[in-house]
Amino acid sequence: MKKNLLMLHTITRIVAFIILSFSVFLFFAGHNNPGGGFIGGLMTAAALLLLYVSFDIKSIKKVIPFNYTTMIAVGMLFAIGTGVASMLRGFPFLTQFDKYVTFPILGKVHLTTALPFDLGVYLVVVGVTLLSILTIAEDDA
Amino acid sequence: MSLLHLVVLAPFVLAILVPFLFKYIRQVHTGWFVMILPLTLFIYFIQYLPIISRGDTIHEQQPWVPSLGMHFDIYLDGLSLLFALLITGIGTLVVLYSIYYLYNKKKEALGNFYVYLLMFMGAMLGVVLSDNLIVIYVFWELTSLASSLLIAYWFHKERSRYGAQKSMLITVSGGFAMLAGFSLLYVMTNTFSIREIISQADVIITNPLFIPAMLCVLAGAFTKSAQFPFHIWLPDAMEAPTPVSAYLHSATMVKAGIYLVARLTPVFGAAPQWFWIVSGFGIFTLIWGSISAIRQKDLKAILAFGTISQLGLIMSLIGLGSAAFHYDVAVVGTLYYTATLAAVFHLINHATFKGSLFMIVGIVDHETGTRDIRKLGGLMTIMPITFTVALIGTLSMAGIPPFNGFLSKEMFFTAAINATTLDIFNMQTLGILFPIIAWVASIFTFAYCMLMFVRTFLGKFKPEKLEKEVHEAPIGLLIPPIILASLVIIFGLFPNLLAYTIIEPTMASILPNVLAEGERFYVNIYHWHGFNTELFMTIGVVLFGALVFLNLKKWSETTFFLKERDPLNWVYDNSLVWIVSGSTKVTNMQMTGLLRDYFVFMGVFIVGLMGYTMVKYNIFAIDLVNIAEVSPYVFILVIVLLATTVLLPFISHRITAIIATGVIGFLVALLFVVFRAPDLALTQLLVETVMVVLFLLAFYHLPELRKEKFTPRFKLTNLLVSIGVGAVVTLTALSAHAMSYANPIQSISEYFIENSYELAAGKNIVNVILVDFRGLDTMLEILVLAIAALGIVVLVKLRMTGGEDV
Repeated sequence: MKKNLLMLHTITRIVAFIILSFSVFLFFAGHNNPGGGFIGGLMTAAALLLLYVSFDIKSIKKVIPFNYTTMIAVGMLFAIGTGVASMLRGFPFLTQFDKYVTFPILGKVHLTTALPFDLGVYLVVVGVTLLSILTIAEDDA
Repeated sequence: MSLLHLVVLAPFVLAILVPFLFKYIRQVHTGWFVMILPLTLFIYFIQYLPIISRGDTIHEQQPWVPSLGMHFDIYLDGLSLLFALLITGIGTLVVLYSIYYLYNKKKEALGNFYVYLLMFMGAMLGVVLSDNLIVIYVFWELTSLASSLLIAYWFHKERSRYGAQKSMLITVSGGFAMLAGFSLLYVMTNTFSIREIISQADVIITNPLFIPAMLCVLAGAFTKSAQFPFHIWLPDAMEAPTPVSAYLHSATMVKAGIYLVARLTPVFGAAPQWFWIVSGFGIFTLIWGSISAIRQKDLKAILAFGTISQLGLIMSLIGLGSAAFHYDVAVVGTLYYTATLAAVFHLINHATFKGSLFMIVGIVDHETGTRDIRKLGGLMTIMPITFTVALIGTLSMAGIPPFNGFLSKEMFFTAAINATTLDIFNMQTLGILFPIIAWVASIFTFAYCMLMFVRTFLGKFKPEKLEKEVHEAPIGLLIPPIILASLVIIFGLFPNLLAYTIIEPTMASILPNVLAEGERFYVNIYHWHGFNTELFMTIGVVLFGALVFLNLKKWSETTFFLKERDPLNWVYDNSLVWIVSGSTKVTNMQMTGLLRDYFVFMGVFIVGLMGYTMVKYNIFAIDLVNIAEVSPYVFILVIVLLATTVLLPFISHRITAIIATGVIGFLVALLFVVFRAPDLALTQLLVETVMVVLFLLAFYHLPELRKEKFTPRFKLTNLLVSIGVGAVVTLTALSAHAMSYANPIQSISEYFIENSYELAAGKNIVNVILVDFRGLDTMLEILVLAIAALGIVVLVKLRMTGGEDV
């Protein structure tokens, strides 16, 4: 029995992008407004979950060929790496720095080392959420 | 590290080498190598005799754990030297005896035997030579261990294992009590050194810890020396090979308790409790052991109870001897230290005759194949040498002149009679019991000596009951008992040979400060005292003892005689059973294996502990003044929240329950909104969504069989416990809130608010705290998430195939 899910598919295609953009916004807004790696990560995971739910898991896997286990590892590396980087410069573990830098096209940008740390959080959260849900969902034993 | 330290350690070193000797030199019996050591040590200790008999002492120091006051110090005085000579001397003879006793080099595990024996010898030397209580304790437990190993030497026999376990349990419990006593002594005196403790004896006696320390130490000494009611392990220890019984369970180890009591007499001796406990238990053990001995049918069992009885005798004499602390010797003369003299003298005598008797019993067992007196008889003509030695040993044990047992028994009677003349500790009235009990016990002693001797060597020879062809033992087996028996005669005929050399310095170390400075004990032991009370008592003992023995047949059918085992064994065996069954019951009661029960336990414990603390420290403080105004939103939210929560236990459908949980989660998110926590609200919303999705996923996988609907069962206990936990936590929260106003602590949030942009260049304080101020927490929390996800993968993907119990 195959249902025609045209409405769902069409709306998902639009909504998923909106959610993804919103999650990216939340992620970047984190330092000065509500948001951050954790919420952004959960939101991204929610967007991807919507894709998995409305389309079937196999085809989405083809479209988004991420290995979530690796994503968790990369996220942890980012978080730990930020800490180690400050150590290399002779500061205590996880000392954060910030600087205003002027880029050619973007203009004056406020860069902080908290961002890669938050990116680590983001990646881990996305990876963890999707990995656990997909593992349980795919389990047919 | 002096030569004396090496003496204590030498047996342990040799014990390491013994297995190699046993394995690589098979032609020679391993015992010959072992024998060299005690012989050398014996000769070495003899060299100290002149020094010690002059009244000097030797003190060698060796720090072990100096920071804790533990020094492996060696202190050699009369008492130590006496024991060291006994241990090495009888040790030599026992090793020689064992060479012929365990003659089968292939069948017997000689490597094990001599390792245990050497371990025992070294430990025993350590006990008697150490000056430090902790070192004594270490060696003391080593003797218990070695003794158990030796008892279970034939470990394939069930009785051996039973005996070993019993002796281990009893002596180690006593040893542990002793450790407690030693610790209390340390608390009182701040030193573990016996000599220093003795020098503070007058301070200790007024200390409130004095009595507990004394009882603990005595518990150790009494268990080791098989005093009533701890004597029950000794008869069962007779399952050991006979050399072991002769060495450990008659001459040395059981005297470790005596040693300890004698050694600590200067510390505790002045107390009336000490006097009464030591002499009272001793005299009771004496009569109990001698009466039990005549019921036995096994030669070794008779000897075991005989040993118990004689140890009781020595113990009671040491107790009586402590009365000397209360008198001025210059005024009353030798009257009161006769008991101590008798104790020391009998200690030596007992080691000689009991050792020889054990060896004789071993020979009889070896040559006839049985130790049952009902099967033996008429061995006199077949084994003449054994017979002669046994005669000497038995007469000495029974206290017949001219052997040394007679002398010590006379002195024992003298001491017991002296006890009636003491005018301390109610002895005027109760003291009369001592000579009476002593006399009755001696009658029974005489009776069991006769029983043992007559049934084995006299009467009719019954070859049909014996499995072997009986003949005289090989000379090697006979030499050690012959040596001991000749010592019995020598000490009997020339007792003063010992008096000046060893007995006087030993008494000086048991009763220091009794004599004035520069004075010495003058001991003169002689046979003939004239027609005094003691002599008539001995004549009475012989007459009545013979009477008891001759009438033994009449009584032998009574239940008293048919029951060989000591009635106290019933207590021991049953308490072992009770301990096991009781602990099984307790365990089964609480370890139900049901998680819900454990939750109830935890809940009850939380309520109990917190409730008790709150009541005890009176920390209820409910303060309604410092409370913020409650907005109508909060009211509505809380009411809905409460309603959903209360409803939850009554929902009978699982999906509904999950949705209700979700509702609670969203309501909490709303509360966060109301309380102005946007980050928390966002996170709560998303997490709750993911949680509900996961719940539903898990729901899908529930097994087919359990899919029926269920109504939560009502249980009053659970309701009470949950209400209790809720109430306690609420009260705690309220009180904590009120108290934080009463004792304000400055919050650190001001710092974060002020510095979040200055230092961390962010305006979202929550996020700045998470990634900057407290970044480490966040890092580890994402690690937690990662572990959880990987855990799920492992659980789902790596499924075990069989019926493994994880």
